[in-house]
Amino acid sequence: MQAVKRFINRMRSKSPWLLHFDCGSCNGCDIEILACLTPVYDVERFGIINVGNPFHADVLLVSGTVNHRNKKVLTNLHAQMPSPKLVVAIGACGLSGGIFREAYNVVGGIHKVLPVDVYVPGCPPKPEAIIDGVVLGLQKLQRLHEQPSVEKEA
Amino acid sequence: MREEITPVRPADLIGEVAKLKIQGYRLVTLSCTEIDANCIDVLYHFDKDLGLKHLRLTAMKAEPVPSISPVYFAALLIENEIQDFFGLKFQGLVVDFQGMLYLEEEALKTPFCKFSIQTAEKTSAPSIAHAEPAEPPAAAMPGEPAPGEMDS
Amino acid sequence: MRKTVIPFGPQHPVLPEPIHLKLTLVDERVVEAIPNLGYVHRGLERLADVRDFHQMIQVVERVCGICSMIHAHCYCMGIEELMAVEVPPRAQFLRVIWSEVHRIQSHLLWLGLFADSFGFESLFMQFWRIREKIMDISESTTGNRVIVSVNVIGGVRRDLSAEQTRWLLTELDWVEEQIQRLQTTMMEDYTVKKRTVGKGVLTAQQAYELGAVGPVARGSGLSQDTRQTSYAAYGELYFEPVVETEGDCYARSKVRFREALASVDLIRRALDKLPAGEVRAKVKSLKPPKGETVMRVEQPRGELLYYFKGSGEKNLDRLRIRTPTFANIPPLLAMLPGVYLSDVPVVTLSIDPCISCTER
Ligand code: SF4
Repeated sequence: MQAVKRFINRMRSKSPWLLHFDCGSCNGCDIEILACLTPVYDVERFGIINVGNPFHADVLLVSGTVNHRNKKVLTNLHAQMPSPKLVVAIGACGLSGGIFREAYNVVGGIHKVLPVDVYVPGCPPKPEAIIDGVVLGLQKLQRLHEQPSVEKEA
Repeated sequence: MREEITPVRPADLIGEVAKLKIQGYRLVTLSCTEIDANCIDVLYHFDKDLGLKHLRLTAMKAEPVPSISPVYFAALLIENEIQDFFGLKFQGLVVDFQGMLYLEEEALKTPFCKFSIQTAEKTSAPSIAHAEPAEPPAAAMPGEPAPGEMDS
Repeated sequence: MRKTVIPFGPQHPVLPEPIHLKLTLVDERVVEAIPNLGYVHRGLERLADVRDFHQMIQVVERVCGICSMIHAHCYCMGIEELMAVEVPPRAQFLRVIWSEVHRIQSHLLWLGLFADSFGFESLFMQFWRIREKIMDISESTTGNRVIVSVNVIGGVRRDLSAEQTRWLLTELDWVEEQIQRLQTTMMEDYTVKKRTVGKGVLTAQQAYELGAVGPVARGSGLSQDTRQTSYAAYGELYFEPVVETEGDCYARSKVRFREALASVDLIRRALDKLPAGEVRAKVKSLKPPKGETVMRVEQPRGELLYYFKGSGEKNLDRLRIRTPTFANIPPLLAMLPGVYLSDVPVVTLSIDPCISCTER
């Protein structure tokens, strides 16, 4: 049984599935994330697939600032994902609130509501940077898989 | 402004707007500005064949303004938005979001009113002091998990 | 008859952005739809209090990343009117060129997403492949892919060299040819027709009364395009609004296809007529904007309106942004009743919803 679990965990980090959530972003970051999936940048060569269902996802890509309404949706989505999971914050907005940080309905960066593993700066970051961020996160995911405590939980 | 602005009183508003509708004007939008502690300035923009026409209504904050959404259904979201941002009440709205179209409880009320913010002493919204999210709105998201399930 | 209430969104695979619709169904058909907004609301109109009118350009560009150029264009035109700045003709033409580049980009993006909404994923990839060429054009002429930041009060920041112009023309030929090829593929496909013809019909009368703008209005037979008001350099370029009469999802995609091709033509004509000279007027010595005005431009999604009120201070008193999707939501609510639940994503996407615009 142990061997099977270890095998599954290793495979999970070889083909991570993404869930993208747009949290009050200006769309600039979203279209760059979508552009990563298309032929020119093509993240599928890393085994990455974009899914719409949080129960299938390993990596949560969040773009934009957190506001008072989508905060609840965001924590819900995160809670629905199976662990170990990875959160990647995209863009200046996801990092700190960016240009909108003084606006009244903005709570701030993603780290205010979720533990963030990778931050990708830029406004908007180029698709190359986003891919870089996700790949960096995968190394962390692999480390998490190797931890015995996680294996027990899984 | 390049175009003329016709001032209207709240009592005549619906009549004027209905007249414009019969003349074939399209409602473009409403713009709202706070003038002072008591007054709010509402501009109604209409368009016909690429020409604009404006109506100006000076409303008292405390008194509800008749809603034009029964005449122009398109005014529905705009009036709800003003209700959110300025706290100005509209009478006879087709769908009334009760000031919850955009804003949640935690955000400050009537964020576009400089004067009432000062009197109510509600400065910028607290960031994440409230770890427990308040009750979700009536239209809840599907598959709500139990709170506190979030791991870190 | 039993009624079911189904929440649609905020996180939905076909929606790139969170919007929430509360759908009431009888059997499989929608009878009522109520929108619930606010997932992307930031409140950036109020940022005018803390940023001065020059800095606000960067803020309004981030109302929406997809049409950032056109937002900034409209904003600058409004401030220029209040400050009585004369914009050099070359800058006017350059603004038109970049606006049209953005329009093509946005329409291709939408066509891709639309194809994806009924499960035609390879078409999505094709559209985005062409779109990358447009992004290259943006990047090499303005320095940025998405948020181009070329507008300043009094003109534009960058100029096109003769070499860039030549390169742009060859790239445009390629883009045009590719779009035409996909147009045949998509518009004559049996399955695409099956999913879009007669779905979400909006009559011309309804469209006018509900204040529809842009391709939604033009797909229903209203010939209404703000570019006809000849702002910037549009007056000197021959151009006609694209109109279709059926008012269904198919007609709306046809409008967008034809508009993308028309934009290619507009850019060509603008490059051809591009006058020489300065690209930026000096505004340093002028007084800050005073008075109020309304400015309208045509975005890929329709008419955009800005209302400005300034009192001669550095910060504007009020900046109001009415974006096209905000005007297109009431027509959407009129389209949805009678539609099957499985068609709701297609019909919703057919208005090209841009939620971050709508909620600002
Ligand atoms: S980081 Fe910039 S591009 Fe990304 S959502 Fe924020 S404002 Fe838009």
